[in-house]
Amino acid sequence: MSQTTLPPVEKTQPVSAPGGTISDRSKAERKLGWMLAGPAFLVMLLVTAYPILQAVYYSLFNYRLTDPENRSFNGLSNYWVILTDQLWWTSVAITLLITVVTVAVELVLGFALALVMAKALSSIRPVVRASILIPYAVITVVSAFAWQFAFRIDTGFVNNWFTWLPGVSDTTDWFGGTGTSLFVICLAEIWKTTPFISLLLLAGLAQVPEVLQEAAKVDGATRWQRMWKVTIPNMKAAIMVALLFRTLDAFRVFDSIYIMTAGANNTESVSFLAYRQTIARVEIGLGSAVSVLLFLAVVLIAFLFIKGFKIDLAQARGER
Amino acid sequence: MSTRSKVWWVVGGVLIIIYCLFPIAWIISLSLKAPSDIANGQFLPSDPSWTNYSTVLTGAASDLFLPALRNSFGICLIATAISCILSMFAAYAIARLDFPGKKLILSVALGVAIFPVISIVTPLFNLWRQIGLYDTWPGLIIPYLSLTLPISIWTMSAFFREIPWEMEQAAQVDGATTWQAFRKVIVPLAAPGVFTTAIIAFFIAWNDFAYGISLTSTDASRPVPAALGLFSGASQFEDPTGAIAAAAVIVTIPVVVLVLLFQRRIVAGLTNGAVKG
Repeated sequence: MSQTTLPPVEKTQPVSAPGGTISDRSKAERKLGWMLAGPAFLVMLLVTAYPILQAVYYSLFNYRLTDPENRSFNGLSNYWVILTDQLWWTSVAITLLITVVTVAVELVLGFALALVMAKALSSIRPVVRASILIPYAVITVVSAFAWQFAFRIDTGFVNNWFTWLPGVSDTTDWFGGTGTSLFVICLAEIWKTTPFISLLLLAGLAQVPEVLQEAAKVDGATRWQRMWKVTIPNMKAAIMVALLFRTLDAFRVFDSIYIMTAGANNTESVSFLAYRQTIARVEIGLGSAVSVLLFLAVVLIAFLFIKGFKIDLAQARGER
Repeated sequence: MSTRSKVWWVVGGVLIIIYCLFPIAWIISLSLKAPSDIANGQFLPSDPSWTNYSTVLTGAASDLFLPALRNSFGICLIATAISCILSMFAAYAIARLDFPGKKLILSVALGVAIFPVISIVTPLFNLWRQIGLYDTWPGLIIPYLSLTLPISIWTMSAFFREIPWEMEQAAQVDGATTWQAFRKVIVPLAAPGVFTTAIIAFFIAWNDFAYGISLTSTDASRPVPAALGLFSGASQFEDPTGAIAAAAVIVTIPVVVLVLLFQRRIVAGLTNGAVKG
């Protein structure tokens, strides 16, 4: 991660002054700091850095689990196979489509929810707040099932309720084509994760100085102008953080697709492709290469966000 | 605020509540539908029955569901406990001590948080098979730490920063020993943050699907989300829709109860961790 993502760490002055020189004291503090934080740090490295290095290593081999005898080094040819395959580019396109659609809708919807929550009357605020946490708490698999069952021909009520819409009839098979399948997948994802965005945006709204709003009001700015010229610019940092986290999260979409279509009709995401290569087809070499490419894509997105939008996470945390 | 705008904000609030609860209401309604009712095309069951719940809890699907429920509880609780203990020490050091590498730890945590789970699964699948951790509890607890540790460290250090540490000194000045001051002053102040972090970490572990489906193969360790994903293939009865719905409701109940009990703290924890870090 680049330096700009770092939170400013306040220098807490050691309040008690044990005997000895300053350098002794700071040395002891360093040692204690690493003794306390070291285990967590080590575990994090062990559970991520080690596997990804292992994946890089495996990705250089022609390696099938069912045929371990014939494991052979073949350099970068796995990457070549993947990057010249239509399957990879389809899954990248699908993943990007899901990411862009869900994040865009979630941002607008999440902002609307945050505004309502900020203004909601105190009588219903606790209920609103409790219910907005429920989609966050429900596991993705359950949400995927709920949406799938609602849209399925045999178990669903959607075809029954929305026959007045053009193109929807009793026999509309939502999971029969790419477009309609992706539509339902996106709906489920949006329902599940919008609350998270709106909680972050609500925290951002709280950081907009009330004085500025009042000043703009006095100067005769309309509600709309105040929104665009005062509120949104002042919570840009919070918006960016929400956007970054949700984009990275959406790009890794896996659970909903597994449950709803299992990748049928060209609805395979990059994560699903990696899963299918490794776990279902036991092509360890190819699967590892897909995993490494997925990892690189996520790093690239994070990098573009942080550099391109000049996100300063420190500022977003309201510490300046 | 005028009466008219008040009405609009109430309408908005009610719409949010409907938006959030509608799919839950649907899955509950589906779980109460009798087999003959499943395909009636209606939102509500015409004749509510508990058939699906008995299928899942005592009937044909209980072999798949009950062990998974036990696994999920055990594995998620242990993973949460481990990550809470580790991140408690780390967050204490980050909030309290001055040492080089603080920023490194926080940014590694951020890096781990954005890590695509599937990229870890691939190599672990092979490694776990070689060293015998495939389809075992530790085989899931260890990778779950990659989900729970980063958010625990961030959330807890946000909480710990707000503790007025001077109170500890004040207690010592008043004659308390270091240990007494820590136990009587710091522990009660830190407990809510630790507790909130534990709940959030538990949610995240409970939600996992990718590790669960990839690193397990039997009911020795398969967690609930993975069992739900495999329901149709592994059980003998014809249409598993009702049973899946009932199982989905059962796994949703504990998290919803936790949310309702601790909503205030969870909101604070989520926004502190992400926005204030």
